[in-house]
Amino acid sequence: MSDKPPISERGAWSLAWQRFRHHKLAMASAALLIVLAVLSAVAPLFEIMFGIDASRVDLLHRFTLPTADAWLGRDELGRDVFVRMLYGGQVSLLVGAVTAIAAAVIGTMVGLAAAYRGGWLDALLMRFTDAVIALPFLPLLIVLAAIDLNKLGIPPALINSELISLYRIIFIVALVGWTTSARLVRGAALSIRERDFVLAARAQGASAWRIMGVHILPNLVSPIIVATTLSAGKIILLESVLSFLGLGIQPPVASWGNQLTNAQELIYSAPQLAFFPGIAIFVTVIAFNFLGDGLQDALDPKSVSHASTGR
Amino acid sequence: MTRYFLDRLVQSLVVLGVMSFVIYWLMGLMPGDPIDLMISADPKLSSADAERLRAIYGLDRPITERYFNWLSAVFSGDLGFSRQHAKPVLTVLWPALGNTALLLGLSFLLAIVIALPTGIAAAIRPYSKMDYLINFLAFAGISLPSFWLALLLITLFSVILAVLPAGGIGTIGAEGIWDRSRFLVLPVATVTVVSIGDYIRYMRSEMIQTLRHDFIRTARAKGAGNGRVVYVHALRNALIPVVTVVALDIGFLFSGALAVEIIFAYPGMGKLIFDAIMGNDFNLAMVALLFATILTLLGNLAADLVYSWLDPRISYK
Repeated sequence: MSDKPPISERGAWSLAWQRFRHHKLAMASAALLIVLAVLSAVAPLFEIMFGIDASRVDLLHRFTLPTADAWLGRDELGRDVFVRMLYGGQVSLLVGAVTAIAAAVIGTMVGLAAAYRGGWLDALLMRFTDAVIALPFLPLLIVLAAIDLNKLGIPPALINSELISLYRIIFIVALVGWTTSARLVRGAALSIRERDFVLAARAQGASAWRIMGVHILPNLVSPIIVATTLSAGKIILLESVLSFLGLGIQPPVASWGNQLTNAQELIYSAPQLAFFPGIAIFVTVIAFNFLGDGLQDALDPKSVSHASTGR
Repeated sequence: MTRYFLDRLVQSLVVLGVMSFVIYWLMGLMPGDPIDLMISADPKLSSADAERLRAIYGLDRPITERYFNWLSAVFSGDLGFSRQHAKPVLTVLWPALGNTALLLGLSFLLAIVIALPTGIAAAIRPYSKMDYLINFLAFAGISLPSFWLALLLITLFSVILAVLPAGGIGTIGAEGIWDRSRFLVLPVATVTVVSIGDYIRYMRSEMIQTLRHDFIRTARAKGAGNGRVVYVHALRNALIPVVTVVALDIGFLFSGALAVEIIFAYPGMGKLIFDAIMGNDFNLAMVALLFATILTLLGNLAADLVYSWLDPRISYK
């Protein structure tokens, strides 16, 4: 007790950490996501250690139930479900994180520009944001996912690369997913813009870029972090739906969604295949949601609006 | 107020106009075009024939010209012909719209009927065991992938227990409400579970905030019982933001049910749009997407309208 400085001398981040630590579910979620990320990252190690090749087709051992050498059984092509799920985890977590961050960056730039410039630019950007929000999300994503990239003049070398479906899904989800953070940033920036310290900076002749970057943006970091965490969960859900429908990540690249694509046809012969990848999606998304909730309580203790579980 | 709504209406129409062009353009970027389909249907077609056909159908014209041709046809009442169904587009569209409205309407009502009392129960004693449990379940609902829940429900109720049909909307030969509703149970349950979490959380947080207001303390001081305070004084105020969120959701729900419709082979708008895009049925996909856009825009307009109607303090310039 005595070696800690009094509350008044500790920084805002240290206080936030104090609050976050007491949010048990959020702490557990953070730990779980780290474990999932590490396990996915070392998927090749698993293959070497246990002598498994996750992409090797073995038609003589299809649909086997979980055993000692294939922990979660084998799929319709006799591939190891567990190791393929680790590879799927790489893709799903990567898509979730990269897309959420890309959407947050776009949204932050749009929101800041609208709030700071005001006037016609604000009106234009916000009408545009409203318009994007008022679009039917999933049908539009399906159209964007089905587009023939050759007709857009994209180099064939890129189109034929195995990872094109990964780039494509990150791009199209970010393209429609930036609106939440744009509105959030604009709203918060508008109120901060009128505060005295911004006025003081302007009186000293600071440029618009400096005011936005040095004075306004740092004050927006907490709401942006919270919104980005929550949106990562939503994006993983979207990716899984699109991949499940055959429009997201394309086999042979594994993702949790496309591991479930054949599950419906196999529901009589191998119902266990529908189970594990779905659990992985569910657990990951709920962890992102608890984490976002905990971060909200920790970074913005005054807000009641989404207060919370597990304190 | 009227002025504000006229403005919003005009804005929505502009969005619709722009989207109709964007969707038209996107349709042109789909793999294959109508002439490719004719070539695959008739192996004797030469590339010179294909060029001639392109010219006849105007496919060699610039996109803006083709778009305005399409648009003028639409305004004269010709929405085109569906390739897959071999029927006029609207004849295909109306039943699908009705099916989706039924699925979403039922799920929506069910979700609201469960979510409001549940959210209030959590809000009455915030941070109690009950509150944690409700919150946890709400989060679980939000985080469930709808298509996976649908698969689990089919496995349990159609495969293992074999008590409910796995898909479709009716048994051939059997008519009537009973048969129809058996087919609706699983899809409605799925959509309800994945949409209810948000409603519970909104209801709960609005109720907690409302219960902190002075007028609640006044009501208690005047001797109003707990039930009266919550259900008469607080509920009306707490409902305002909830209703807005819920109205905004109507448009969202509409596209959110897409995966559920596909899994249950439920012939609604979501499945229609998906099948049309996958099957190169450009006319149908185009019009169905426009309908989806119109419905989402209407949901947004309705949210604004309901909001100002419920809360007279809000005045729009």
